[in-house]
Amino acid sequence: MTIKHIFKLLFLVFIFSCNNDFHLSKIEGNRIEIDETITTDSDVENFIAPFRENVNKNLDSIISYAPETYSKSDGEFNTTIGNLIADAVFEESNPIFSKRTGNTIDFVLLNHGGIRSIISQGNISIRTAFEVMPFENSVVVVALKGEQIYMMIDYLARAKRAHPVSEHLQLTLTKNFEISFVAVNGKPIDKAATYYVATNDYLYNGGDSMNFFHPNDSLYILDYKIRNVLIDNFKKKDTLNPKRDNRFIKLED
Amino acid sequence: MNRRQFIQQSTAATALLGIGGIGLQSFNSSNAKKITILHTNDVHSHIDPFGPNHKRNPNKGGVARRATLVESIRKENPNTLLFDAGDIFQGTPYFNYYGGELEFKLMSMLNYDLATIGNHDFDNGIDGLNAQLPHAKFEFVSANYDFKNTVMDTHVKPYKTFIKDGIKIGVFGLGVQLEGLVDKNMYKETVYNHPIEIAQDMSRLLKEEQACDLVICLSHIGYYYRNKPDRVCDLALAKATKDIDLIIGGHTHTFLPKPTIEKNSVGKNVLINQVGAYGLYLGKIDFYFELGKATKADGASIIV
Repeated sequence: MTIKHIFKLLFLVFIFSCNNDFHLSKIEGNRIEIDETITTDSDVENFIAPFRENVNKNLDSIISYAPETYSKSDGEFNTTIGNLIADAVFEESNPIFSKRTGNTIDFVLLNHGGIRSIISQGNISIRTAFEVMPFENSVVVVALKGEQIYMMIDYLARAKRAHPVSEHLQLTLTKNFEISFVAVNGKPIDKAATYYVATNDYLYNGGDSMNFFHPNDSLYILDYKIRNVLIDNFKKKDTLNPKRDNRFIKLED
Repeated sequence: MNRRQFIQQSTAATALLGIGGIGLQSFNSSNAKKITILHTNDVHSHIDPFGPNHKRNPNKGGVARRATLVESIRKENPNTLLFDAGDIFQGTPYFNYYGGELEFKLMSMLNYDLATIGNHDFDNGIDGLNAQLPHAKFEFVSANYDFKNTVMDTHVKPYKTFIKDGIKIGVFGLGVQLEGLVDKNMYKETVYNHPIEIAQDMSRLLKEEQACDLVICLSHIGYYYRNKPDRVCDLALAKATKDIDLIIGGHTHTFLPKPTIEKNSVGKNVLINQVGAYGLYLGKIDFYFELGKATKADGASIIV
């Protein structure tokens, strides 16, 4: 073998060693469950700890007091907790809406299913607001014609659920779920007038089949999460005292 | 060159090199390589494990456990990449309090290599997402979101390539349609482009121009929509494209017990995997490479 041959061979070796002539021969897929059998990484755990403590400290900070337990099943068509939340949305959102538009919110409509927890008798913390309202839904105000308010009222009569409304709406159903009386701020609904209804973005987008928000004259996005409404509202009150009332009722005979 | 020829050549070379005194150490003398891809999706700010009284997932998940697991896999195979397929944000008060800072910092501690953007990552608006980017030591890819007219412009690339043990891996990202899912005020001028066309372009670019050995799609478009079978999803994506080896999915919180194998537009296998949500599982796909040309027409054998 001559030197020339050796160089040729070395060149070949170089080519074959450095080129990327690999091919995919096998693929193996698994999923690994993460459970208590896997040790906690102490660096990561120690990194999280101060964040966790801070969050918990804040979540557990006491912002109000509930003398009784409030639940979304303590009334047939209006409940203590539903009234509390709907009125809180009005109280906290109306100043923002008025300042921005010069108009006033006529009433608030939310959904029964959106209340995710009871408020237990005792201290109320920020965690309570997260439990009642874990979702990120925000307040929107929709300008609706009176005609559509009637569609909404029909929906409420048919839904047979305690969808929360603020105290500004009065709706009485007959024992057969027909509309007996309806008023907004004590006045009959004018089909041609414009009403400003506060709700949340989920319902505005057709959640719970609330299809009466479209079409509409205008939409006002307040960038205000319902949960933050509750936190801000509870902070203003030493003691919560929501009551069931006659805003939305069904006659028994 | 077949394997037999290769062995003969290398034997000759080794004998000669003994004389020449030139080592081969600078090259990988092994004729097999292994690339491990680890992945999560839709972790939704689940940093702590679920509590012992949780009805569905008691004592499951937890990022500090995931850290241990990832580290042990990396120790076993340094040629490992860790990806996330979006919806990192939203789901626990950690997000409400810190806006995603902790999520990104922890993913950086775990040495995530890349992530794509999910719809919930816009929950504090595109400005909220952009504000957290300095906390992420990993990059984001999205090929079908056009951020040109937003604050995120230039911060998100369509794809990224990695070289591990001489194997080139190209990864591109896909996001779900934002209209109707995310408030326009949140995503602002982000433009959504149809994933299929973009994926066809991307896979061609990565396979042909970038000469990648592996092409991976980090997708947040969803696995499949039973009630809306015409909606674009990972299964449709796999069928309508070629040259994608693995689709790592998200969005639909689909807990696949094992990866799905689908045929692509030229009849080759594509793997689709998704590990549900909340960091309950870690997906692990091992790609084995052998020296020489592929001998089987249908490609690699798949063990799932």
